[in-house]
Amino acid sequence: MATLEINDLHVSVEGEGGPREILRGVNLTVKQGETHAIMGPNGSGKSTLAYSIAGHPKYTITQGTVTLDGEDVLAMTVDERARAGMFLAMQYPVEIPGVTVSNFLRTAATAIRGEAPKLRTWVKEVNEAMTAIQMDKGFAERNVNEGFSGGEKKRHEILQMELLKPKIAILDETDSGLDVDALKTVSEGVNRVRESGEVGTLLITHYTRILRYIKPDYVHVFSDGRIVESGGPELADKLESEGYESYAKAGA
Amino acid sequence: MSDPQNQVGQNQVGAVTAAAVTVNEPGAGNRLAGPGTGRAVSQPADARVERPTSFDPADFPVLTGREEDWRFTPLKRLRGLHEDPRADGKVGIEVQAPAAVAVETVGRDDARLGRAGAPVDRASALAWAGFTEATVITVPQEAEVAEPVWATLTGAGGTAFGNLLVDVKPFAKAVVILDYQGSATYSENVQFLVGDSADLTVIALQDWADDAVHLSQQQAKLGRDARFQSINVGFGGDLVRITPRVAYTAPGGDAELLGVYFADAGQHLEQRLLVDHSATHCKSRVTYKGALQGQDAHTVWVGDVLIRAEAEQTDTYELNRNLILTDGARADSVPNLEIETGEIVGAGHASATGRFDDEQLFYLQARGIREDEARRLVVRGFFADVIGRISVPELRERLMAKVEAELAGAVA
Repeated sequence: MATLEINDLHVSVEGEGGPREILRGVNLTVKQGETHAIMGPNGSGKSTLAYSIAGHPKYTITQGTVTLDGEDVLAMTVDERARAGMFLAMQYPVEIPGVTVSNFLRTAATAIRGEAPKLRTWVKEVNEAMTAIQMDKGFAERNVNEGFSGGEKKRHEILQMELLKPKIAILDETDSGLDVDALKTVSEGVNRVRESGEVGTLLITHYTRILRYIKPDYVHVFSDGRIVESGGPELADKLESEGYESYAKAGA
Repeated sequence: MSDPQNQVGQNQVGAVTAAAVTVNEPGAGNRLAGPGTGRAVSQPADARVERPTSFDPADFPVLTGREEDWRFTPLKRLRGLHEDPRADGKVGIEVQAPAAVAVETVGRDDARLGRAGAPVDRASALAWAGFTEATVITVPQEAEVAEPVWATLTGAGGTAFGNLLVDVKPFAKAVVILDYQGSATYSENVQFLVGDSADLTVIALQDWADDAVHLSQQQAKLGRDARFQSINVGFGGDLVRITPRVAYTAPGGDAELLGVYFADAGQHLEQRLLVDHSATHCKSRVTYKGALQGQDAHTVWVGDVLIRAEAEQTDTYELNRNLILTDGARADSVPNLEIETGEIVGAGHASATGRFDDEQLFYLQARGIREDEARRLVVRGFFADVIGRISVPELRERLMAKVEAELAGAVA
């Protein structure tokens, strides 16, 4: 069973006045089949955690380890991490002019699976996944994220998650900017992948709203660059009624 | 309008938009200077329009390199093509053409030569003075030729001069490919006569060896309702400088000028375009895209569009985009638009030069795609819209393969 282990992770970014530490010792273990929600106020470092694990060059790891089944994730390039089974659904997916969704998906699937998927089964697989996530088939011939609405971008992210079948999926504020219908569609997509029992999910969110549709096994409160409280789903209910105020004070 | 991005009033999507000018009110008569030209507004945007054209090199002063239209060109690398060149080499031309198309080799005195206009600078006048025989490709009236006319020009070393005329008679339609290969120091005049309601597509493929020097003046003269598509593709050569010009003689002409170029370390690729709108209801679209990599890779794009007072209902847009892949490369991009009448459909231009977007790279790599393949995808995508408009499938594939080979060269 795949296990992601984050141990005492410290991360900095280059700022105007030199490096600024954003993560200050994060400890977290996510196993295949589990869903962890990470909740916290703006600026607490939630997205930094997501991008650091995925290997974005903007972030410098100054201390700590991240392993996937004992393998050193931090020593891997961004694409090696993805091929090892990590997936990051991004909050702001970039546009890639001139590269069609269909070409992109097939190139990614070929990279992740180690061989090009058989064309006939692949077309069927993509069509089914697109229908399930309510993306019109016309999107296949559009350029990646170009002119997509916010909801279409998020659907496209989850479509990739369904096709690439990661061991560990990190969803960075996938719920932000979505109306209720889009949120339901996207959540259903995530749940389909979760039902396989083969993905460990790290759900990063500012709001409790998405947790009505995607039930977490664990909830962690993130403040000032670290996890300050962990619990079960009931912790989300507490946040819903009380907000982050008490944690913000504790962190300061 | 085929491309919604080209509509008047819309800026292009890009990291940096140097300028976008829209004029649609009557009474506009101001001469507009292009960004980065350092000119005052009252000066003409394209000084060349005011300058004489001539078949006689003596009518042009000796170049110093300070001239507006030569300021980006390293004259020292021209191997004398701008001074007193002597032909001591050869560029052979071989034309494969469908039966309906006439291909002739003619002498200097053939009356058809030069009808699209006289040379506009000293180098092309010297090339005119230096050539001994010319190639004339004629597509007869109403002939619609499906197969492309494929002209292969192969340099066998040394200095040579060329002269080529493509004459497409009224209501005829053809695709002409100029495929440049080998080594040469080559200066040429290429002329296109596009008759009334005729349709000509020209694809010039600079596939030279690394040491070639090439100056090419391309002049097109469009008849009534004529359609002209030109695609200049620059990959090879040490220094290549192309000066495409389009002139309209009657209303309804439509010119689409496309370009794709890829400069490597030390390479100088320059294109200077002029679209001279002098008739009513004519249209022009210019889209040139370039990638650069390596130390001292240098590209120059100067796009001049002149809308003369009599050219009412003109519809024009020009765009240049450059993608800088490595440090040490330099792209100069100067769009100029000069408008002498406000009674137009639309006029605009945009220029953007940007670095490789690392966020795109991260996104693709985060989906398991290796860095070199991710770069290839992005660069292919950058060129895709222009290359996709080439109507000859085997050329599209050859160009994409070229783009990939250039990228692979950078990695190696």
